Amino acid sequence: MTSHEPSHPPLSPEAKNYSTRRDFLLQIGVVINTIAAFMIGVPVIGFVVSSLIKKSPRVWISLGPVSKFPEGATRLVAYQTPYRREVDGPTGTMTCWVRRLPGDKFRILAANCTHLGCPVRWFEQSQLFLCPCHGGAFYGDGERAAGPPPRALYPYEYKIENGELMVKSGVLPTLANPA
Amino acid sequence: MNGKRKKLSEQLVDAAWWLERRLHLVKLWETTAGHPIPKSSVSWFYTFGSMTLLCFVIQIVTGIVLALIYVPTAAGAYESLEYLNFQQELGWLMRAMHYWGSNCMVIVMAIHMTQVFLWGAYKYPRELTWISGIVLLVLTLAMSFSGQVLRFDSDSYWGIGIGAAIMGRVPLIGAQLVDLLLGGPIIGSDTLSRFFALHVFVVPGAIIALLSMHLRLVLGKGINENPTPGVLVDRRTYDAEYQKMLQKQGIPFVPNGVAKDVVANGILLLVIVALAIFVGPKGPDIPGDPTQLIAEAKPDYPFLWLLSAAALLPNGSEYALFFVFPVIAAVVLFGLPFFVGEGEKSWRRRPVSLIAVILTYLSVIMLTYAGLTGPWSPHMDAWSGAIIKPQFIKGRTPLELQGALVFQNMQCRNCHAVGGEGGHRGPDLTSIGTIQTQPQLVRQIIQGGGNMPAYGKNLSPDQIKALTAFLVSLRPPNTAPAMDSAMPEKPLRASNEEEPKKAGKKNEG
Repeated sequence: MTSHEPSHPPLSPEAKNYSTRRDFLLQIGVVINTIAAFMIGVPVIGFVVSSLIKKSPRVWISLGPVSKFPEGATRLVAYQTPYRREVDGPTGTMTCWVRRLPGDKFRILAANCTHLGCPVRWFEQSQLFLCPCHGGAFYGDGERAAGPPPRALYPYEYKIENGELMVKSGVLPTLANPA
Repeated sequence: MNGKRKKLSEQLVDAAWWLERRLHLVKLWETTAGHPIPKSSVSWFYTFGSMTLLCFVIQIVTGIVLALIYVPTAAGAYESLEYLNFQQELGWLMRAMHYWGSNCMVIVMAIHMTQVFLWGAYKYPRELTWISGIVLLVLTLAMSFSGQVLRFDSDSYWGIGIGAAIMGRVPLIGAQLVDLLLGGPIIGSDTLSRFFALHVFVVPGAIIALLSMHLRLVLGKGINENPTPGVLVDRRTYDAEYQKMLQKQGIPFVPNGVAKDVVANGILLLVIVALAIFVGPKGPDIPGDPTQLIAEAKPDYPFLWLLSAAALLPNGSEYALFFVFPVIAAVVLFGLPFFVGEGEKSWRRRPVSLIAVILTYLSVIMLTYAGLTGPWSPHMDAWSGAIIKPQFIKGRTPLELQGALVFQNMQCRNCHAVGGEGGHRGPDLTSIGTIQTQPQLVRQIIQGGGNMPAYGKNLSPDQIKALTAFLVSLRPPNTAPAMDSAMPEKPLRASNEEEPKKAGKKNEG
């Protein structure tokens, strides 16, 4: 590649091999500035990636009294994440599909399709979750039925406390960080 | 001073010279706008670079204006866009100019790059001009993407969701990348602020820096001459030949070589203004609200081809598209001036390059078209919204009519069109009765397969019987239903005719 490259002019021949006071001063300057650069740069980088340092764990959130969910029905439930701030507006709300099985058993699924995160919709008649983006389909229990999704819908952990259905959530589920 | 006052014109000339002696404007002019270019480069094909620059200037001006009103928070962004559209004087026009300027910038830049490629301008000694141009293209696409995030409507909200889902597929560091993209555990105001900072500070700053380098290289290495087929680039001789040519037939860019640029830029400006006035700004669509499960998540024009490719490639090949393809593209584009930095420049003698360009354009245009129509997306409301036309029900038996009801109520039409209406995710079923037999249809419905879910658990045997009876009845008039080639219906034969040989039949299957 460089064989035909035009030749460059020779380097300066009179390179000196002793060091002066100015050279020493320059070295001191470089050291000071390197330290300063770290003192400024590390906090800046830390600020930008702070969400990686301070983890946001999933937390228990109430979805309301258990009696709100009739047996056999699948309901969309919206709840506020504990990480919501005033400026988040409507985006501080998350949704999940709650399916009450016989008794006090539940199946709680994230509304985000496992393919590319679009919101799946429940169709009572055909008992399917369908994704509007690329036609991913899931059965009522969240198992993958058809289409491009690589896995079942993300299931959430739940518990019942004082008659309230609690779900462990609050973080956007993805393949790398499923619920 | 010398008793007699100087005339005004003389004073002005003096002032001009005073400035010139300090600013050296003549020298600046000679090395920039007035720099010599080869006469052969004065061509309409050489105008796309300056057109891209014009778009960038439009984006800066309209962008600053929009920033006066826009509120970069998840709670306030949508409302501020509505305000811009309907309350702020000429806000809609500024939004529209910014939107169409952005689309035009990507298109004009792509044409500029194509021209540079076909005219061999990436070859010695302009390798870094090409490379800085590639980085500028990536940055421009980053502007386009971050810009549509700032719209923060439904498309934008779910678009970031898609971005997060893609990041979540990266092995090992996926979760960290999602976090970096969102700036927190959810798609929220921190996410929007992130994209705002990128869109308004980081990426434009990088563009201005690289653009300076790009233009300095254009001035330093000279504009590419319009190549003559058969004249090869040789590193040892090119520079001297280029200088000789400039001395012989070089003309100053301004004023002698700039006319076509001025005309082309004027036309482009008119086109952008016309699009802005007559088509208007894009959106905002419905607000970005996770409780509204109505997502099309359709990106703006520059990314439609990517959406289509993701949708049309076989399941599981997303990794190849999102992680392998960009690496290959980067190696090819960045490596190009080093792999083929010498030799033939003219596209007339570079058939492979020409074919590569044609194939790329065809792919991108067809994928973009597919992205506009989006046949892979189910029509979520077709089951309740799209009627079954009379010709598909007329004269049917009660069983078939029951089947039609099952067909409608079970959301089949969200993916399957009949008579052109309905989703196109699955096959159009207008004449399915001529293609599949009832047993085949039963199997497909119960077991699913391909991209179809299995309905075995969700349909009763009676419903399946009715549904398949209806599907078999979906045939053009006077056509027989499909037959299984392995087990043909026994034809009526005269009693004296022999049965066909069975062995021969088996081999056919």
